[in-house]
Amino acid sequence: MRQILEIIDLSHNFGGLRAVSDFSLTVGEGELVGVIGPNGAGKTTIFNLITGVFRIAQGRILYQGEDITQWLSNRITAAGIARTFQNIRLFKDLTVLDNVRLGAFSRHRYSLMESLWRSSNFREQEERLTRRAYELLERFQVAHYAGVPARNLPYGEQRRIEIARALISQPRLLLLDEPAAGMNHAEAEELIRLIRELKEEFSLTILLIEHQMRVVLNLCQRVTVLDFGETIASGPPQEIHHHPAVLEAYLGRDI
Amino acid sequence: MATSDKGKSLLICLGAVLLLALSWALPASGFLNPYIVQVLMYVGINMILTMALNLVNGYMGEFSVGHAGFMAIGAYVSSIITVAVLPRELAPWLFPLVLVMGGLAAAAAGLIVAYPSFRTRGDYLAIVTLAFNMIVKSVLENLEILGGPRGYLGMPRLTNLVWVTAWVLITLLILRNLIYSNFGRGIMAIREDEVAANLTSVDTRRVKIIAFLISAFFTGIAGGLFAHVLQFINPRSFSILKSTDMLVMVYLGGVGSLAGSLLGAAIFTVLLEVLRPLGLWRWVLGPLLLVLLMIFRPRGIMGLREWRWLQPVLAFGGGGQGPTAPGPPPA
Ligand SMILES: Nc1ncnc2c1ncn2[C@@H]1O[C@H](COP(=O)(O)OP(=O)(O)OP(=O)(O)O)[C@@H](O)[C@H]1O
Ligand SMILES: [Mg+2]
Repeated sequence: MRQILEIIDLSHNFGGLRAVSDFSLTVGEGELVGVIGPNGAGKTTIFNLITGVFRIAQGRILYQGEDITQWLSNRITAAGIARTFQNIRLFKDLTVLDNVRLGAFSRHRYSLMESLWRSSNFREQEERLTRRAYELLERFQVAHYAGVPARNLPYGEQRRIEIARALISQPRLLLLDEPAAGMNHAEAEELIRLIRELKEEFSLTILLIEHQMRVVLNLCQRVTVLDFGETIASGPPQEIHHHPAVLEAYLGRDI
Repeated sequence: MATSDKGKSLLICLGAVLLLALSWALPASGFLNPYIVQVLMYVGINMILTMALNLVNGYMGEFSVGHAGFMAIGAYVSSIITVAVLPRELAPWLFPLVLVMGGLAAAAAGLIVAYPSFRTRGDYLAIVTLAFNMIVKSVLENLEILGGPRGYLGMPRLTNLVWVTAWVLITLLILRNLIYSNFGRGIMAIREDEVAANLTSVDTRRVKIIAFLISAFFTGIAGGLFAHVLQFINPRSFSILKSTDMLVMVYLGGVGSLAGSLLGAAIFTVLLEVLRPLGLWRWVLGPLLLVLLMIFRPRGIMGLREWRWLQPVLAFGGGGQGPTAPGPPPA
C-alpha cells in the first residue's frame, strides 16, 4: 500500500497551551483512518495544520511523498486534500450551486481575459463545471436547492453540501471533521453508509474526526486516540475500544 | 431555451446601441440643454466609479475608503497626456487610448494597495487605503510642475455623453463577465469567508490582485472622463470627501450588485444637484447619508441582488449568484 499522507512529529502551541504534541500518523492510499479524543484534545488543530490554516513550526507533513509543510492552504487543496468543517463553513450568502462550483476553483483552465470576453472555451468549461455541480447536488439530493443562498438551508443539507463542495475538487484525500455532529442515531447510520459509498465511488482516502464511538467503530480500519494533544493509543477500533488509556481518557465523558 | 437566450442577448445589444444613439442625438439636437447633459455625464461617471468600488467593497467585502486616489491618478495621467504630450488635433481621436493609459496608471497603483490586503483586512485595510488617498493628494499638492494645490488645467473638453455612455456599458459588461466567472465567485468567497475560500482552493492572493487591478483601472477611467468634462482638476477634487461620496453611492444602491451601483450613482448624483442651493451644507449630506445607511440599511436598495437581464446566460445553469439563480437543470 502506498502512503498518501505522512505526518511526522507534529506539534503546535497556542500561547502556553500545547494543543498538539509530537503527533505522527501515516495514512495509506484507500484507507479510512479515524482520529478520536475528548473535547479539546487537538483533533481539529491537526486538520488545520494539515490544510495550512495554521503555520507549522514543529514537524513535517508529506503528501504523496512531497513535503507540503510550508504550503499555503489553496495550494494544498488544489493538490488534492479537501476537507469539511466541524462548524459548517459554507459561503452563506452565495447560492448552493456557487458554493459547490467554488470547490473546483483550482480546476478551471481559462484565463482572466477569456472570462472577460466569455470565450467559447470559457463557456464550455463553465457548462461542464455547472453540469458536474448539479450531478453532485443530485447525488446528495439537494439539487432543488441549487439557486438558494446556503444560509437558508437546514443543518443536515448544509453538511451534505459541504461534502459536495469538497468532492467536486476531485480530492485524493478527504478530511472529515465530525460529520455526524448533531445527528441522531438514524441520521448517523445514514451518514456511515454514505461515507462508505463515496469512498468507493470517488476512490478516496479518508481521515475522519469523530466523537461518536459508534461511527468510528463502524467505519474505520484504524483509529488514533488523542488526549490533551498526546497520542494515547492507536490501532484497530475493536482494540482501541477496550484500551485502558482510552477508557480513562473518556471516563465519565460521553463516548 | 437557447433561442430565447439568443433573443435576450440580441435585445440587450439593441438596447446598448439605442442608448449610444440617444446619447449622441439628444444633446446634438438640442433636445437636452447643456446643463442636463452635464448632469447626465456626472451620473455616468459616478456609475463607473460606483461599480468599480463595489467590486472591492461589495463583492469582495474589503473596505476601501481611498478610491479617490485611483481616480486622481487616472485624471492627472490622462490630462497630462492630452495637454502636454499629444498634439491638439490628435487628442480627440486618441481619447479612448488616453483614458486607458490613465486607467492603467491607476491599476498599477491598485497593486500597491492589493499587497497589504494579503495580510490585513477590515479596519486595517481601510486605514491603508485612507493613507493611500492622502499620499496621492499630498504628492499632487507638492508637485509644482502639475500646478500644485492650484491644480492642472488646459484640457480640451473631450468627454461627451457618448463616451461616458460607452464607458458605462464597457464597465458594466466587463464587471458582469468577471463576476459571473470562477474569478468572480472567488472574489465573493473572500467576502463570505476568506479562510474557507483558501481551503476550497481559491488562490485568494491572485483573486485580490485581480479585483484591485480591475477596480482601480475603471476608477482611473472615470477620473480621465471627469477631468475632460471639467477641464480643470486640483488635488482637492480627490480628497476623502470624494471617496466618501463613492462609498455613499455603493451602500445606497446596494453592495454586491451592479444594478444597485447604477441606481445608487443615479440617485445620489441627482440628489446632489437638486440640493445645490444648500451650498456648503451639501457636503454634509454624503457622510450623514453614509452613517444612516450603515446603521439602517447596510446592504442598500439592491444588496446582493441583481436585475435578471444583467445576469449572463449560459446554455446551462446560468449565473447563479444571489437568490435569482438559474432554473433547474435540463433532464
Ligand atoms: N485558534 C485557537 N486559538 C487558541 N486556542 C485554540 C485555537 N484553536 C484551538 N485552541 C485550543 O486548542 C485545544 C485543541 O483544540 P481543538 O479544536 O483542536 O480540539 P478538538 O479535539 O477538535 O475538540 P472538539 O472535540 O471540541 O472539537 C483546545 O484547548 C482549544 O481551546
Ligand atoms: Mg474539533
